[in-house]
Amino acid sequence: MSGLQDLYREIILDHYRAPRNRGELPVPPAHLVEGFNPLCGDEVVLYLEVEDGVVTDVKTAGQGCSISQASTSMMSAAVKGKPVDDARALIRAFKALMSIHESKLEGAEETDLSADLEGVRLGDLEALQGVVKFPVRIKCATLAWNVLQQGLDETAAESEA
Amino acid sequence: MSATTSTLDVARIQADFPILARTVNGKRLVYLDSASSAQKPEAVLAAMDRIYRESYANVHRGVYTIAEEATAAFEAARTKVARFIGATDSREIVFTRNATEAINLVAYSWARANLREGDVIVLSHLEHHANVVPWHILRQERGVEIRWIPITADQRLDLDGLDDLLDGAKLLAITAMSNVTGTIVDVAGLAARARAAGAHVLVDGCQAVPQMPVDVHAWDADFVAFSSHKLLGPAGIGALWARAELLEAMPPFMGGGEMIRDVTTEGFLPNDIPWKFEAGTPAIAEAVGMGAAVDYLQAIGMDTVRAHERALTQYALDALADRFGDRLTVYGPAGADDRGGVISFLFDEIHAHDVSQVVDEEGVCVRAGHHCAKPLMRQLGVPATTRASFGVYNDRADADALVEALAKAEAFFAI
Repeated sequence: MSGLQDLYREIILDHYRAPRNRGELPVPPAHLVEGFNPLCGDEVVLYLEVEDGVVTDVKTAGQGCSISQASTSMMSAAVKGKPVDDARALIRAFKALMSIHESKLEGAEETDLSADLEGVRLGDLEALQGVVKFPVRIKCATLAWNVLQQGLDETAAESEA
Repeated sequence: MSATTSTLDVARIQADFPILARTVNGKRLVYLDSASSAQKPEAVLAAMDRIYRESYANVHRGVYTIAEEATAAFEAARTKVARFIGATDSREIVFTRNATEAINLVAYSWARANLREGDVIVLSHLEHHANVVPWHILRQERGVEIRWIPITADQRLDLDGLDDLLDGAKLLAITAMSNVTGTIVDVAGLAARARAAGAHVLVDGCQAVPQMPVDVHAWDADFVAFSSHKLLGPAGIGALWARAELLEAMPPFMGGGEMIRDVTTEGFLPNDIPWKFEAGTPAIAEAVGMGAAVDYLQAIGMDTVRAHERALTQYALDALADRFGDRLTVYGPAGADDRGGVISFLFDEIHAHDVSQVVDEEGVCVRAGHHCAKPLMRQLGVPATTRASFGVYNDRADADALVEALAKAEAFFAI
């Protein structure tokens, strides 16, 4: 099961079995955002507290496969207490790790993903790199990050309004 | 083939399906996803290849020899498909892209011409999205009311309140077999009650038509939708069977070539049925392939197919219960008598998607997800299940391979 060991690294299974930052935050002041993977029914719910440009608290709920839920857990641990700018850099870096070229369809030159990865410490998140070998599971891994991105965008829009 | 139900010689059947000779991850391919799409026998591949190599031309247009041959093959396929489901008039078979398009054809043509605001459509909680969303769209547009037949704890239809649900209904749109739980629906019984209430009857035959003998007149249906790709035929073609008098009265669905008798700058006259509903160049080779697929199944005999599905499903249900007991929840009716060759299940602690991934490592192909039946999944209270489904080419060794692969998945994710 060598391919499987790449996909289901021990640290991923650890986050799946003992997810970090599970729970809820009062809304408001926290911002609630959810995302679904319509193909397999994965659900990620994120409670996001952003103050003065810093992600002060994160809680997660939802259900889904080990990859989606482990990715959610790792994401919450990685961005909690971090400046929003750092969180956005992590989102870009994580998508680069998943080999997602955001501009590929627009006919642009293939973007250099290493630029997005440079200077960003992925830590535990690197364990998710094995997902790239299983293309249909990439959506499971990126769901939490898309939800985070949406949450950060929405809180930014709210604070401007 | 004798007239009585005979036992299927699965080894001989397997030899007819070239894809079954390949391996996955070094393991024998164990294909258990026929409810999603079935594999194709050599006879289907050869028929499609032959039409392209020897007789390919557009249909119903040219007068030259190969155009005549292509047209004859295309229309012969229509007749085969009609006979396969007990239709007596091949004009009652409209070729569509798939079953989804067949149901949409009824929703866009018949329903928009016949249903008004407040009219009632009755569906069930077993339905596939293909038999749900077209009616949601109609509700948004026309303000029709949708009522739902509930299900029991073992995912059969709960018919206690059926007469109230059917009261004033214009259409009952119902699956003949659930694609998630395999539940076989008593279509004839439901249709009789729907008719008594004055409703028309549409049947989603996607799962039933490939797995059991189907007679649209015995069902007393008005519309039956089914696809080719679950029927051992190619994807890209399906069929709507409808009573000729209904098709005659229905307005065209899509406009274009083939579906017209005459076109002027002022308007058009539609073609006769069924071509009135077949705008544009159809999927010619696919129709021929679908005809070859029903030939193949008819040579086996649908009673034999059903007996095979039933025996194999019971074997698999027993094997799963023996090995995993309460740790594995199996959905649907308890025995194989009331279910087709479809088994949905869930381990308490392992997500369906992860199970599917691990068993793929063993060459076992099963579906994980909501199976395009989210209303049913909500009733089950789960986001996803893993589903194994059987075709004529599956045998006990495949069911055993599933059980062994699931045991590996359980061990892999053991806490």
